[in-house]
Amino acid sequence: MNLLAGLPLWLDALLALLLVVGAGFALIGSWGLVKLSDFPKRLHGPTKATTLGVGCVLIVSMAVFAWAGEFGAHELLITVFLFLTAPVSAHLLIKAALHADPALRPPPPPARLVSPGLSAAPGAAPAAQTESARPAA
Amino acid sequence: MILQTLLPWALAAFALALTLNLWRLLRGPSAVDRILALDTLYINALALIVLLGVWWGSTLYFEVALLIGLLGFVGTVVLSKYLMRGDIVE
Repeated sequence: MNLLAGLPLWLDALLALLLVVGAGFALIGSWGLVKLSDFPKRLHGPTKATTLGVGCVLIVSMAVFAWAGEFGAHELLITVFLFLTAPVSAHLLIKAALHADPALRPPPPPARLVSPGLSAAPGAAPAAQTESARPAA
Repeated sequence: MILQTLLPWALAAFALALTLNLWRLLRGPSAVDRILALDTLYINALALIVLLGVWWGSTLYFEVALLIGLLGFVGTVVLSKYLMRGDIVE
């Protein structure tokens, strides 16, 4: 408690803002985990929003202890570790989900590279012709 | 002073986030959903412990947070490897 009372006003306001943003991001990520409909969508919330929120909280903690003269490498270590491991675990999770249910994989895109809507633009018409002529050749 | 009044609210927000994760952990239709809920659960618990360390003014909690981060990551990797291969150590 003593630690927080001695902060100057500007640092106090800045850290309070970071804390609110961090808690909000973590809450939104967890809400997305509950709310979204299928697994690939649900993976977005925790892996992006929650990791960012925890990063904000770690910055707050680092600044508070650094101002009190107790700067340590622990928070930095936690931040680096968390930001390195979050994509790895997300990758492994989606691989496991695709292995369990191959129907989750989206269908491959159509063979034509230029969509019909684009060929209405003046410059795109010849490109659309060459793309559609290529399979026939 | 602002931080001092806002900190309990942030703790409450993280507690609410933990509750939401717990709901997904219990409800989750597939095993992968439960692993994802566990993954989010440990990350939020880590943030909660760091905030408690700030609240009580103690640096002891960072070791705990680091340990939770390490073990949680290993747990997620092992569980999803098990789902993919049917085995942990190949």
